[in-house]
Amino acid sequence: MSQLDLARLQFAMTSIYHFLFVPVTIGLALLTALLQTAWYRGGQVAYLRLTRFFGTLLVINVAVGVVTGLVQEFQFGMDWSGYSRTVGDVFGAPLAMEGLAAFFLESTFLGLWIFGWDKLSKRVHLATIWAVAGGSALSALFIMAANSWMQHPVGYKVDPSTGRPQLDDVWALFTNPVFLRGYLHVLLAALVTGSMVMLSVSAWQLRKDLRNDNGGTKDKAQNKAQGQAQAQVQDEGTPDATKEAASGFRLSARLSLFILVPALMFAMLVGSELGVTEGKYQPMKIAAAEAQWETCQPCSFSLFQIGGGNNDQTPTKILEIPHLLSLLATNHWNGKVLGLNEVNSQYQQAYGPGDYVPDVFIQYWAMRVMAYLASLALLLGLWGLWLLRRERLTHSRLFLNTAVWAVLLPFLINTSGWLLTENGRQPWIVQGLQLTKNGVSSSVSTAEVAISIVAFFLLYAAMAVIAAVLMTRHTRKGTGPLHQDDQPAPEMTY
Amino acid sequence: MAFTTLWFILVTVLWTGFFVLEGFDLGVGMLHGLLSRDESSRRAVLHTIGPVWDGNEVWLVTAGAAMFAAFPGWYATLFSGFYLALVLLLAGLIVRGVAIEYRGRIEGARWRRNWTVLLTASSVTVPLVLGIALGDLLHGVPIDHDQEYSGTFADLFTGYGVFTGITLTVLCLLHGATFLSLKTSGDIREKARRLARLTVLPAGLVVLAYVFWTRSLAGGGILLNLAELAAVVAVAAAAWLISGGHDGWAFGATTLAIAATVTSLFTELYPRVMVSSTSSAYDLTVHNTASGPYALKVMTVVALVLLPVVLCYQGWTYHVFRQRISADQFPAPGQPAAASTALPDQ
Repeated sequence: MSQLDLARLQFAMTSIYHFLFVPVTIGLALLTALLQTAWYRGGQVAYLRLTRFFGTLLVINVAVGVVTGLVQEFQFGMDWSGYSRTVGDVFGAPLAMEGLAAFFLESTFLGLWIFGWDKLSKRVHLATIWAVAGGSALSALFIMAANSWMQHPVGYKVDPSTGRPQLDDVWALFTNPVFLRGYLHVLLAALVTGSMVMLSVSAWQLRKDLRNDNGGTKDKAQNKAQGQAQAQVQDEGTPDATKEAASGFRLSARLSLFILVPALMFAMLVGSELGVTEGKYQPMKIAAAEAQWETCQPCSFSLFQIGGGNNDQTPTKILEIPHLLSLLATNHWNGKVLGLNEVNSQYQQAYGPGDYVPDVFIQYWAMRVMAYLASLALLLGLWGLWLLRRERLTHSRLFLNTAVWAVLLPFLINTSGWLLTENGRQPWIVQGLQLTKNGVSSSVSTAEVAISIVAFFLLYAAMAVIAAVLMTRHTRKGTGPLHQDDQPAPEMTY
Repeated sequence: MAFTTLWFILVTVLWTGFFVLEGFDLGVGMLHGLLSRDESSRRAVLHTIGPVWDGNEVWLVTAGAAMFAAFPGWYATLFSGFYLALVLLLAGLIVRGVAIEYRGRIEGARWRRNWTVLLTASSVTVPLVLGIALGDLLHGVPIDHDQEYSGTFADLFTGYGVFTGITLTVLCLLHGATFLSLKTSGDIREKARRLARLTVLPAGLVVLAYVFWTRSLAGGGILLNLAELAAVVAVAAAAWLISGGHDGWAFGATTLAIAATVTSLFTELYPRVMVSSTSSAYDLTVHNTASGPYALKVMTVVALVLLPVVLCYQGWTYHVFRQRISADQFPAPGQPAAASTALPDQ
């Protein structure tokens, strides 16, 4: 592999890894803030314990998010100095704003929140978790403004003496149509991720309660009746001391479902709008997502294909849905979608000879994995809401088992979403402005990149194991007794 | 004042802020295993930086991002040229962050001992590598006419660079010791004070050698500039205040010492940002690496509005956690833990 390939591999590896933790932070910070707000307003100890329980998960998660974020920032200069030198004038600005406006806010107030439980008034302490949630959402804003500029560069002019883009309208970065949709899409995806984590953890605990309750008896109908009675008791807010183990995780499961379903629906809606916008500025990205080599009108969408890729222009498409691609890519029933070959020859005329087609195989499947798994997640969410309405959420072993494992879904969805966006930008590092191969550091050797890949891989793998162990241990531990004020909640500090 | 000069000053401020704040975090990291043998004391020591260290580290993130935005040419050459050193630095920062956050999450002597070793090692690595990198900026490294680094990894170990690394590491250690004298009580405080007394003399000698070396390297003769003079005075004052037992003033003096030491490097550097040992014609300067005037103007507005706000709420955090911390607030593992929910007010 060349230095360029390794540098790309490294960026892909570290970015995907970093973005496993980022959406959990953004989503869970907001959900934790909601839990604490519920406690602040209603005074129920169950909400306090849930706040501290999910807050601790958040803190374990943030540690990895923060340190892997350092690598992201340094990497632009380390591996992509050609890129940094060329576009720093524009791209650096949102990055610096991210540090000043978002990271300081998030980190400082997280410290205040974790350690400030008995040093701040209830109201001020509640404000600190909202500041954390706001800071983490703000950091996504700035980084998405920077990323959207790579997809659709705006607000710059090229300096004739250096040939480099120079910022000339900072507002354009934040009104970039790709940014407006992209940021919203990421924010919603973070909410989906956070609520799915909360749902899965709650399901784990509820499943444990179910097992304990049912221990010894085999009469399912009787258990069900008991369970329903118990659920009603909890609904009326009259704690039954013997059933206290059956926990407030019902409350967090409910909250997560209320967030999950609408967030997922909006994420899909905004995502489809984002597709149309990208189709306008990056027609290659959309054509590759359907492996559409020839221009079509109207265009159909294939559910699956056999074969495909850049060397197979006639894959066997299975289950084609007429008009769907036209609709997805253009918002019109009979919209025209440019084929890869036509866009490629347009680009060759505009930018000179070369192959401007991204990896079609990755693009085709990234799109589908994202969309199909998101649909699955939505079905699960609707199922959960239906059970909730029937007051059977806490007793459906099948649902709880499914929900525990469904925690994998948002991570797969997020990763495929980023593959779709970033792979679809290739071979450009900035669409139409700089090719990826011209962005790589010229003073760095292949061996150096290889060493750093190995180093980061080992560190990241170790961190993944440790974080997973800590999160599982914490999840297993639960919240402690729920409706008793006299026992201290588990510690959040170290 | 030109925006390029203003941004050079801002980058200096961010680096200085990083070393002043994260400096004592790093010192505490180096000392936490040494100062305290039992788990209660170690927990107490780590709690002195617990609420603040993460926010302090953001100064480094922002310093890097500010270099990227204001001087992309500097950022690109420095970060790609010092590639392996930065891998080492990142490894140090990763291990350190995880060690602080995860060390106390599992009860177990071996788990904690391992993290203590890692935290100590990484807390030395970070200022050492950063110091070498900063020293190299002034000493000069091979840079060609395309502003690209043309040396090897070994070329980074210049005598002056390594000495800058040592100076900053020693200062972080001293800064950590005065911080702990101020922030703890009881046995830990006594130990921290003893350690501060022990390190302040060697630190003073190192700083003295450092400022003269810096001055002569920059071709300024033996007459020190204001920042260098301040560093010497501050470290002398620190020695006097530490031996007098004035915890607060001593911490103030080490703050000034570390700030002045970092600032003296940048003042000698200006208007260059990275010296080329190949030819002075290839030096990177604030002029040939800077962003355009519009970008700098926008960033100036953003920084001048936000930085004071950041200082306010970070300052408030220190006010909230101003109490001294002692080991008896942290029961040893196995005993009932009620420490964090009911810390005694002083």
